[in-house]
Amino acid sequence: MKNTSTIAAISTGMTNSGIGIVRMSGDEVFTIIDKIFKGKMKLSEAPSHTIHHGYIMEYEPEGQTLRNQPPIDEVLVMVMRAPRTYTGEDTVEIDCHGGTFVLTQILENVIKAGAKPAEPGEFTKRAFLNGKMDLSQAEAVIDVINSKNEYALKSSISQLKGSVRNKITDIRNKIIYHTAFIETALDDPEHISVDGYGETLKGVVDEIQETLGELIDSADDGRTIKEGIQTVILGKPNAGKSSLLNVLTGKNRAIVTDIAGTTRDVLEEQIQLQGLSLNVIDTAGIRDTEDIIEKMGVEKAKEYALNADLIIYVVDASRELDENDDEILRIVFDQKSIILLNKSDLNTIITKEILQKRIQKLRNNEKNEEIPAISISTKEESGIKELENVLKTMFLHGDIQMNDEVYITNIRQKTALQDAYESLQKVLISIENQMPEDFYSIDLMDAYESLGNITGETVGEDLANEIFSKFCMGK
Amino acid sequence: MKYSANSVWENKDPYDIVVIGAGHAGCEAALASARLGLKTMIFTVSVESIALMPCNPNIGGSSKGHLVRELDALGGEMGKVIDRTFIQSKMLNQSKGPAVHSLRAQADKAFYSRTMRQVLENQENLDIKQMEVTDILAEDGKIKGVQTYSGAIYSCRAVVLCTGTYLRARCIYGEVSMQTGPNGLQPANHLTSSLEKLGIQMYRFKTGTPARLDKNTIDFSKMEEQFGDEHVQPFSFTTDPEDVQISQASCWLTYTNETTHDIIRANIDRSPLYSGMIEGTGPRYCPSIEDKVVKFADKKRHQVFIEPEGLNTNEMYVGGMSSSLPEDVQYAMYRSVPGLEHAKIVRNAYAIEYDCIDARQLKSTLEFKKISGLFSGGQFNGSSGYEEAAAQGFVAGVNAAKMVLGEEQLVLDRSEAYIGVLIDDLVTKESHEPYRMMTSRAEYRLLLRQDNADQRLTRIGYRIGLIDEKRYQKLIEKEKMISDEMERLEHVYVGTTEAVQKLLEQYESTPLTSGISLAELIRRPELSYEAVAPLDRERRELPWDVIEQININIKYDGYIARQKRQVEAFKKMETKKIPEEIDYNEIQSLRIEAKQKLSEIRPLSVGQASRISGVSPADISVLLVYMEQYYKK
Repeated sequence: MKNTSTIAAISTGMTNSGIGIVRMSGDEVFTIIDKIFKGKMKLSEAPSHTIHHGYIMEYEPEGQTLRNQPPIDEVLVMVMRAPRTYTGEDTVEIDCHGGTFVLTQILENVIKAGAKPAEPGEFTKRAFLNGKMDLSQAEAVIDVINSKNEYALKSSISQLKGSVRNKITDIRNKIIYHTAFIETALDDPEHISVDGYGETLKGVVDEIQETLGELIDSADDGRTIKEGIQTVILGKPNAGKSSLLNVLTGKNRAIVTDIAGTTRDVLEEQIQLQGLSLNVIDTAGIRDTEDIIEKMGVEKAKEYALNADLIIYVVDASRELDENDDEILRIVFDQKSIILLNKSDLNTIITKEILQKRIQKLRNNEKNEEIPAISISTKEESGIKELENVLKTMFLHGDIQMNDEVYITNIRQKTALQDAYESLQKVLISIENQMPEDFYSIDLMDAYESLGNITGETVGEDLANEIFSKFCMGK
Repeated sequence: MKYSANSVWENKDPYDIVVIGAGHAGCEAALASARLGLKTMIFTVSVESIALMPCNPNIGGSSKGHLVRELDALGGEMGKVIDRTFIQSKMLNQSKGPAVHSLRAQADKAFYSRTMRQVLENQENLDIKQMEVTDILAEDGKIKGVQTYSGAIYSCRAVVLCTGTYLRARCIYGEVSMQTGPNGLQPANHLTSSLEKLGIQMYRFKTGTPARLDKNTIDFSKMEEQFGDEHVQPFSFTTDPEDVQISQASCWLTYTNETTHDIIRANIDRSPLYSGMIEGTGPRYCPSIEDKVVKFADKKRHQVFIEPEGLNTNEMYVGGMSSSLPEDVQYAMYRSVPGLEHAKIVRNAYAIEYDCIDARQLKSTLEFKKISGLFSGGQFNGSSGYEEAAAQGFVAGVNAAKMVLGEEQLVLDRSEAYIGVLIDDLVTKESHEPYRMMTSRAEYRLLLRQDNADQRLTRIGYRIGLIDEKRYQKLIEKEKMISDEMERLEHVYVGTTEAVQKLLEQYESTPLTSGISLAELIRRPELSYEAVAPLDRERRELPWDVIEQININIKYDGYIARQKRQVEAFKKMETKKIPEEIDYNEIQSLRIEAKQKLSEIRPLSVGQASRISGVSPADISVLLVYMEQYYKK
């Protein structure tokens, strides 16, 4: 096949193994890899079936230099030229260090440099179309493609929260309405005038772009669920934070990587709990000096807590609550949090009721939403099951399973949102350059189509239907 | 000649092609076939109604103008005839981008019809016969001939059905229902059952037309006069632009008002559309005035265009007010419009119902999938409009001829022509109303412009055999002039001289800071090829249409390049042909709905398959994989 677009995907699973592979296939692989690979030679000049050591760097858009960026990862890149490859096209495989963070970063940069996220089963599909598979293999893959497509569609749609879906549908309705107006005027210029419509449209596009921008940001949020929930454990000294962490990690020997966080003095640990992945930020690192922990610790923890997806607040149920607890509670009650009443093995004096009342008071009785509280004992390792269940209901709606397909779909959604955003940017440029109105609708429809990819809707006869139903044609 | 008892006689001299119907589709079909050297017969219920325009008195308009230009580039006739018979002409959307410029001409209807009839009469290899065809004769799924109402049998090798709105036609207004075709002409009542016997599924569609008023009873002083363009452009690439600079007739604009709408609302129950007397499906884009008033209740007024039907008649067409309300309501509502207070109706408005087909029974060549040698075009295929009809008639006629000649069929794709979009939509997509062309239906409309129809299609017309050597050479020459000049403009640089800056200032264009090519200057919205002339000393004189192409190609090159890339992706799927004998039921992984739709429509290519509603992207993957195996067998 000639002139195929270049696709990329993480071809190892999204589990935390020691190494991972990002694979790319298509006509542009070498142009793309050369933009982000730093090694002894340009890979576009490398002979086929050779392996090259080097670094994957942050993608620099043309004309921009990102100063002093550290490499994303030290890698081995395998160069394979068509036709002796799996897909029959030019292919590179980037062997990098495993772990969701590195893999994602590399995939994102490959996409920024020009690759498209692969459709489910697309590598295999290309292998077929290029005659790289025989008859019996073909039949097996039909099933794979089928199941993957269905799964990807199901998950990508069910993954969308109702509100996100509504927002996208809303935007699509707006886009098609305005496009239909322009088109009606073009089809029936003597009845409807579109002169000066650019100004109106600019307002609409600005507004849509703002919403899209928010959605793009939230796509990152949504992904944290799949990449791992950013979790901060808060609590006074000796409440049992560390032992909780030990219980969780000890019970689940699933810690594979220790990922150094963005801030040097914080260690992030990954814990797998019932298909959920928690990236726990252990604030233990900052409590070397016992004296200043009460003040410094809370300040520092506050900072993390504000950016966290989840706060786990560990309370020592055998001791009275004090103003330090209030300080923490004030952070906790506006965030997604769970309160653990630890030391249930001892004589406890703090009950769930006392706690909820205290929160209620701190909130000035404004909100009634209860923060889930669980009695646990890190010593006896009791109450952990309950914690898992609460986490599940908090973060998993339906029975979505964690795996690479869901992950890819997520990047696809984000890419689609960005595509839509860029198409709308082109509309604005056309308006600014005072291009005739018919040019607007070309990019408007592109944006409409990109957004449809997220909600699983195609364009079809939408525009014609909108024209006929909303606008009165002459004749 | 021997007369048999049951009055059946067989024409001993067989035809290659029989065309049924002599409207805009039939005329193009018959001319194309005869011009390709095939012995052709065209049947019509009335010779007077050849190339009749029973509704609006104009040719072209948004996207329809594109169709006429394309047809002309391929070797069709419509553009040439309208250039000789128009009485007013306008290029619509001139303030918009070049893709949506569209030529529309008011026709002298009678003159148009007579002129086209003469072209047919003088065409070698073409016979005209006034007679109703009642039966299509086919054996083993192959065309053998046709039989007429008189009982005569005409054997032939291919038939092109262009029956328009005549099949079991019924005209209706108020409680009045007449078994007539348009304009009170005789309908064709027998052919439908013959088609049904051949296994063809019939639909019933509806359309309508406004009243014709007596010009002497209209007060034009209460209306706005609408003029044609100062400089008229011809439709046909063969017409000398000087020949179309004629003195033009005017049209007139007036408006309905609340009184009109009250009259309509008060009598809506007497409309056959609302009383249920009409069963056919009407078009949404061409609503009757009662539809507009009901559906767009918040609109205080609707435009009404009063257009002449010709130079030698006083009848005026009331554009924007088609209706099927009773006669007395028609009088009342028309007379409520300023300028029409004393208007007399020459012909009442009416709705017309007719039999047509679901065009998904056709291949992209417009041949019936089930019956070899049976082709069809025009309103019979579920479209609407003279131009849509002519374009299909042409393709059906060419393909009928090519089939007889054993030569390659003509299929235009969506990236080549509006004609391609039109036919692909008709044979692929489900439609519940007469199909009208619109620019928004063309995904690649920036490439499918009316100004470059010759560059897109003359070559194809030449290959078919309907464009002569001279015209072909003229195109080659034009293309060379365009590319040479564009190449030159990219390489002629101007510096920051005083003359340059002064000229830029004159056009309110940003002054230069360094040297720049002329092409780069032309690309600026406020400048053009003509504007930079003073800076261009080596310029030679070029025809206006060459300059037009240079301007468009340079100014919109970014957009054009983008569409070209989209077309590349589209073409890839389009060139993946699906084997004709493929059995979709054998493909186990296809969903049942996809199996049904694909078996029904039998798309030519994977691209076409992907446009069928009910066929998902996953089905397409499965199909691709299956085809791969298939070709290996």
